[in-house]
Amino acid sequence: MIHLHGLTKRYGKFVAVDAIDLHVPRGELFGFLGPNGAGKTTTLRIIAGIMRPSAGRVTLGGDDVVANPMAAKQRLGFIPDRPFVYEKLTGAEFLRFVAGLYGQAGDIVERRLDELLDLWELTRWKDELIESYSHGMRQKIIISSALIHRPEVIVVDEPMVGLDPKAARTLKRLFREFVDRGGTVLMSTHTLEVAQAMCDRIAIIQRGTIIAHGTMDELRARNASGSASLEDLFLKLTGGEAVRELAAVLEG
Amino acid sequence: MTGPTTASLATILQPKWWTARARLREGRGTRGPKAIILGTVGALFWVLVFGVLYRVLSYFRGVEEIGPLLAGKLLGLVLLAFLSILLLSNVITALSSFFLARDLDLLASSPVDWLQLYLAKLGETLLHSSWMVALASVPIFAAYGVSYHGGWFFPLVTVSVFVPLLVIPTVIGTAVTLLLVNVFPARRTRDLLSIVAIAAAGMLVLAFRMIRPEQLARPEGFQNLLDFITLLQTPTSPLLPSDWATDAVMGYLVGPFDPLPILLLWSTAAAFVVLGAMLHSVLYATGFTKAQEGAERFVKGWIWRAVFDPMFRWLSVARREFIIKDLKLFFRDTTQWSQLILLGVLVMIYLVNIRSLPLFRGEVVPFRLVSVVSFLNLGLAGFVLASIAARFIFPSISLEGRQMWLLRSSPLNLRALIWSKYWIGTVPLLALALIITVLTNLLLKATPFMMAVGVGTIILLTLAIGALALAFGAFFPQFATENAAQIPTSFGGLVFMMSTIALIAGVIVLEATPVYAYVSAVFADRPVEVTPRMVLSFAGVVVLCLSATFIPLRLGLRRMEQFEF
Repeated sequence: MIHLHGLTKRYGKFVAVDAIDLHVPRGELFGFLGPNGAGKTTTLRIIAGIMRPSAGRVTLGGDDVVANPMAAKQRLGFIPDRPFVYEKLTGAEFLRFVAGLYGQAGDIVERRLDELLDLWELTRWKDELIESYSHGMRQKIIISSALIHRPEVIVVDEPMVGLDPKAARTLKRLFREFVDRGGTVLMSTHTLEVAQAMCDRIAIIQRGTIIAHGTMDELRARNASGSASLEDLFLKLTGGEAVRELAAVLEG
Repeated sequence: MTGPTTASLATILQPKWWTARARLREGRGTRGPKAIILGTVGALFWVLVFGVLYRVLSYFRGVEEIGPLLAGKLLGLVLLAFLSILLLSNVITALSSFFLARDLDLLASSPVDWLQLYLAKLGETLLHSSWMVALASVPIFAAYGVSYHGGWFFPLVTVSVFVPLLVIPTVIGTAVTLLLVNVFPARRTRDLLSIVAIAAAGMLVLAFRMIRPEQLARPEGFQNLLDFITLLQTPTSPLLPSDWATDAVMGYLVGPFDPLPILLLWSTAAAFVVLGAMLHSVLYATGFTKAQEGAERFVKGWIWRAVFDPMFRWLSVARREFIIKDLKLFFRDTTQWSQLILLGVLVMIYLVNIRSLPLFRGEVVPFRLVSVVSFLNLGLAGFVLASIAARFIFPSISLEGRQMWLLRSSPLNLRALIWSKYWIGTVPLLALALIITVLTNLLLKATPFMMAVGVGTIILLTLAIGALALAFGAFFPQFATENAAQIPTSFGGLVFMMSTIALIAGVIVLEATPVYAYVSAVFADRPVEVTPRMVLSFAGVVVLCLSATFIPLRLGLRRMEQFEF
């Protein structure tokens, strides 16, 4: 469903994403991990059509995001890491607006909107301006906006930030159900426990290159790590194992 | 064990200084042309103000007895206007710097002494709200200095007068904001302030117009010379700092010099800072707490749907939702819609000005003069429309910035987006343009030919101005700015205004020939001949305006396609 072919993004001399090849098939929940500044967000934003690649291409369901953006984006729901939304719209108005961007309107949208607001327990706030929403409530509205038009693919950057435990559990179940019904999720996260528990396959990116990918078992086998957790594997692969002398920092 | 240490004023101000330095460094390499254009425009403005004022002052110097009085009165009026502007802008700036700024959480949670915080924020408020007035005052004082041979000490006198004149309104503005925030939640205060500020600015301009400053230059309008001199000698109010400043400057220039006004200015400024600090120590903590309380705002969205859904039903869903969204955002954002008040005042003044032309004094109005005024009025109307487009259309792309992730990741066509934005801004602008032009021409009793030329040209000009505003907005986006009212004063806004003025000048030059031919023919009682040159000139205007509509929109679209977030 999601295909990356030699995807590259350069900023001047700095290479943020370096010729990545990746395939995420339909019905898979794929985890995209990496340390800060590794190129995760850049990659996701290129897939979502917000940024243009310097080289390479991205296809969603066979449609090229640059050459045929309208068809590709019809399939997509994107959830960014920084939830900037129109502060002066109400939650319901925002969802109606997003549905409109995908050419949807009328009773179907109203029903869908009520379902989603109900799922996130936002019904009480639906007619209040978003400017008074908390960070978590904004995140819930954005997740709802990515689902309002019933996408085939969800690309999501750090979905758990700001969510309370109940909402986080709802989201995990939602993604699993979505994938079980044939949807595709590409998720970037720093919460490795979540990634380990949820994702069918995982890729670890560092300095713009994928340094490992596969199922948990495949990753363990390739790195001779026995029954290591994803956190151990991640630290081993990204060179973060050498933990600094904490005492030096704390005592001073 | 030593006692608790608190951050010094220098430490609090350090990040601001570092940020300014980093910006300067950034600018050094990449923004060369920008600096040149800004510098040239600034220098031109200075030269213009200096030149006009120098001529006026030279004229005053030639008038015996009342010359220095007139010069003093003029300075007093200018400084009073500055004081009012400063007061307003300080009230608004203080709200952001003292209550809404992002660094406040850090400062409030650090061991920073309240007095240091007050002084740092006061300085920040002063700098942000006064730099423009300070720059504008340079050519004014320079003209006075040069006209009256102020000598090398004059700049020193000016600075010693001007600095307290900046401090006083900053302290008062800050105190007003502090009191307001203690009564209303910060968001409500911000809304309230933007309305009050805009309404006050409008009233100020209106009041200034109603005083009819042109009468001051016509002593024959007064019953006798004595009345006139008495009026000139009366200070606006002996308690106003602007009058002290005038006394000090004029005293130095034309004598006798009295240091008392300067002492008054400095002691008042110092006393105000102390009083302001005392008020701050009592009220700031409660005010800052209140400023963080969110205002719950439920909205009756169904009214919008009931009104606009049927109105835009003929559009595709995406375009309809986009336009309705833009309208909602505009009318729900006080900083945006409140500017309509200023717009109303502007139009009123515009019409009043036309009405108060010497044409309407009961004298026989020469046909030639009416036609020339009616024609040149096109340029003025164009300029007014350009300023309005700079306020309302130019910022529209920038305001979309933070949400661009949503628009770019959705299948909304960028072409649809730019055209929706174009029409949503241009249609109201066009309505306004037609109202101004038709009313002015009716007031002037212009001929049908002049009316037709006026209406046709203003339609074409408005279409082009809307497109230029949108395109320059896309080329110089200000995605980081949260306040829409600040976007037009950016560099891009300046470039837009300059390009639009060039376009208006081009149109006037092109049309001058046929209009002159028409006026001359009617004046000489000859039949008006339609010459190829006339047709070519009007065709030239059509081509110029349509090119200035379609080319910028196409380039703007291309620019938007390259946006990366």
